[in-house]
Amino acid sequence: MIKRILVLIIICCVACVDEKPKENSATEEVAVKIPTYNFEELEKNLPTDQEKTYVVNFWATWCAPCVEELPHFLELNNKKDVEVILVSLDMPKMKETQLVPFVKKRNIKAKVVLLDDPRSNVWIPKVDENWDGAIPATLIYNTKNRKFYPRKFDTYQDLLDEVENFKNEI
Amino acid sequence: MKTLKILTIAAIIIAASAFAVNNVFEEGEASNSSENGYEIGDVATDFKLKNIDGKQVSMSDYSTTKGFIVVFTTNHCPYAKAYENRIVALDKKYKTKGYPVIAINPNNPEKNEQDSFENMQIRAKQKGFTFPYLLDEGQKIYPQYGATKTPHVYILQKENKALIVKYIGAIDDNYQDVNAVEEKFVENAVDELLAGKEVSVKTTKAIGCSIK
Repeated sequence: MIKRILVLIIICCVACVDEKPKENSATEEVAVKIPTYNFEELEKNLPTDQEKTYVVNFWATWCAPCVEELPHFLELNNKKDVEVILVSLDMPKMKETQLVPFVKKRNIKAKVVLLDDPRSNVWIPKVDENWDGAIPATLIYNTKNRKFYPRKFDTYQDLLDEVENFKNEI
Repeated sequence: MKTLKILTIAAIIIAASAFAVNNVFEEGEASNSSENGYEIGDVATDFKLKNIDGKQVSMSDYSTTKGFIVVFTTNHCPYAKAYENRIVALDKKYKTKGYPVIAINPNNPEKNEQDSFENMQIRAKQKGFTFPYLLDEGQKIYPQYGATKTPHVYILQKENKALIVKYIGAIDDNYQDVNAVEEKFVENAVDELLAGKEVSVKTTKAIGCSIK
């Protein structure tokens, strides 16, 4: 019991310490808005415009290969018939300290969402039955087809080729 | 009656096709097959890898154990870090019952300084690791197991001196919050093995850092 109370006190202290810098920077306008979804919310919020091909990239700010391939996805997002959605798997507690500053610093214009759903054993197979949960991983879909890529894209050309192949497969 | 049947079937087909268009994600059944590496029931290879104390460790060094909880884990990965205390708890609970933890860092330290042998020693000391923490030098072991990420667990059981893979996957069902865990996959599996039962949940999936 005493241990629990101690833990609570420590949590309160940490929370208080955490609050202070926020108050100080309250005047600074936050332009970056990143919605936090569980898996069902993510699924509901994925667009399905018939004219477009969607590229969903599962990544995290701390994942080195993900960050390396990120510029290719941002470049791809400039294409008119393609929309990139960056699904961050950063820890939810890192959202304000890591993810938002990262997106701001890199001036990322593509859509970024935070997937906060610890029941990964349930939702990983729904993304792809052969995915074991390692990131980076990418899903390409349109209203007719879907294809999953459990790998890193080393170059922009590599990514572009896969998107073109995907479009031509139909 | 016949028309009703046909109508029902037609309705189901229409509903299913509408579903297919709207649903980006799959219905999703976890597949148990991995393209490379071990499947449930395979014989796992032993290894001889350098521990943080400088000594070489093999599973054959353990003569009295019933099996092992082999955990591929690493220093830098936030998902692995989230499980460090739980891995220590697993070792404390099951070492005496015959299933000790052996942790292996599968990453190439040249790719990330945080995963170096020296930093493994530091991390193990900080977190009070009660088990060997081995470096997969040359990265020869993890591909044989088929580990793809950290953390990634393999539960092995000794059968006539062979080590049989009984479980592959995650430690439990909530990486974020130990207090919100509903299913302790590894504990349940080891408990079943200790009770002489078949493991009921043999494979699970979790987000992890890809092995580099």
